[in-house]
Amino acid sequence: MSNLYTKSLSEVRSLLLSREVSAEEAVTSCLDRIDATEPKIQALLSVQREEAIAAAKAMDAAGPDADKPLWGVPVTVKDVLCTKGVPTTCGSKILGDFKPFYDAYSVRKLKEAGAVIVGKTNMDEFAMGSSTENSAFHPTRNPWDLSRVPGGSSGGSAASVAASQTFGSLGTDTGGSIRQPASLCGCVGMKPTYGRVSRYGMVAYGSSLDQIGPMTRTVEDNARMLQVIAGHDPKDSTCSDLAVPDYLAALGRADLKGLRIGLPKEFWGKGLDPEVEASCASALNTLKELGAEPVEVSLPHSPYAIAVYYIVATAEASSNLARFDGVRYGYRDADASELLDIYVKSRSKGFGDEVQRRIMLGTYVLSSGYYDAYYRKAAQVRRRIREDYEQALAQCDVLCGPASPVTAWKVGELTDDPLKMYLMDIYTISLNLAGLPGLSLPVGLGRDSGMPVGLQLLGKAFDEATLYSVASVLEKATPTIGTPAGL
Amino acid sequence: MKISPERVAEIAKLARLELDDDKLTLFAGQFESILNYMETLNELDTSDVEPLYSPVMHSTVLREDVAAKTAERNAVLSNAPQTDGQFFVVPKIV
Repeated sequence: MSNLYTKSLSEVRSLLLSREVSAEEAVTSCLDRIDATEPKIQALLSVQREEAIAAAKAMDAAGPDADKPLWGVPVTVKDVLCTKGVPTTCGSKILGDFKPFYDAYSVRKLKEAGAVIVGKTNMDEFAMGSSTENSAFHPTRNPWDLSRVPGGSSGGSAASVAASQTFGSLGTDTGGSIRQPASLCGCVGMKPTYGRVSRYGMVAYGSSLDQIGPMTRTVEDNARMLQVIAGHDPKDSTCSDLAVPDYLAALGRADLKGLRIGLPKEFWGKGLDPEVEASCASALNTLKELGAEPVEVSLPHSPYAIAVYYIVATAEASSNLARFDGVRYGYRDADASELLDIYVKSRSKGFGDEVQRRIMLGTYVLSSGYYDAYYRKAAQVRRRIREDYEQALAQCDVLCGPASPVTAWKVGELTDDPLKMYLMDIYTISLNLAGLPGLSLPVGLGRDSGMPVGLQLLGKAFDEATLYSVASVLEKATPTIGTPAGL
Repeated sequence: MKISPERVAEIAKLARLELDDDKLTLFAGQFESILNYMETLNELDTSDVEPLYSPVMHSTVLREDVAAKTAERNAVLSNAPQTDGQFFVVPKIV
């Protein structure tokens, strides 16, 4: 089947189970597509060509297994997730040679479900960034316009999905790193509730914020992937033991009658680019036509979310990244002769600028004399932010707003101004502080830029099913944005 | 708040990093604007607010304190920059 890569994950799954397509054909189709598109977009840091073909051949020999929900489906995985025997670099020189001897929980679940990993995706170094320009190896380009960024930090996963190199990808979201690149590349991206997916085997950045989630081309595909990776894992003490609902069962809704949809006034006003506002407003009209009742709500502390985030995330990063000392794994500088010298030289040469900037900001805000002024203060405002969400979500079923204030910007446009880059996450960051789930889905192309626009749906804790249900109805009622124009 | 390159150098030392003079000056300017932005939080009175450090609702998970082997020595050492086959090797400390 020559155009197999254009199918959705769910379509390929059916073709695989009915033996109309072999696992080897599915894998080869993605590898061919990688060969054709990768020189332009550079979405990947490594390709597991031989391993993927060997795994697919073995699966074909055994025959399809209907009990494995992703049997034979090729996927890619963000390079922050440990994959046994395969490079896991986090987009950093300091982990350039690192090959874990174990799989992350989410990776293991994918493999057990029959998925075949064909590549590891590019990312901002240690997931710190909003554009995938901070990778130590190369920037990734947006498949819709090669002069633009794909968003970040899961920009490699978003570009890989948008370019049909894969049927789905795992990303991670600390301050919007799944939803924002999904929006900029025209994909569906889900950041689950904190604790819904085990973080075991994910290289930690901001431990109280990080969450793993799927990026796909359709809502149904996304639900299929989350179904596989969600659930309790005793190896992550922050992972919830709540039962995982049937997400596919949530997709059958015909309309949105009776649904109350909250519109946070802080998300729909100042600072929103007119073309993003127009596409999101049009999607909102569709939601109303489908029967949803809009309710105006307020998240009064959301203007403070970016300041809170960069205190909490950098504080946690400075602690988490202390483990990179050149002793047990990772880069060790050959010129260092004393122990302290090994730490200092290895870290200084191994980490890029943005990572060094955040480690030092975190060290500063945690340092003696400043802890109360910054970290404790941020944690107090964090509680206010969560209370805002609780009050808003008590008045409605889901919240709705744009995922990003602008469509994808040009490569290099914001790299010299870190604060301006940080502001690109203004609509995504507060949700991570509150620990709630959010999904971004494409709702159109900007009338000026021609670039994808994503609408964000935000929900109650562990209520991903409602997000899928609403997104699925809206997806069916919204014209498709088509295929990326840059390829 | 004014952040000097010297102050950045002190922070770098605490973070086990070493920066050249150009980068100390660059970071000093950037830290100043970022920290000034963070200080917008002082507009809020939070004197009666309990800090929220984690969104986890459930209590800490405990297990029996039983020793178990979780990985083979060779696997643990497999990514080390220098080993003697049994241990990680670092320069002599004393």
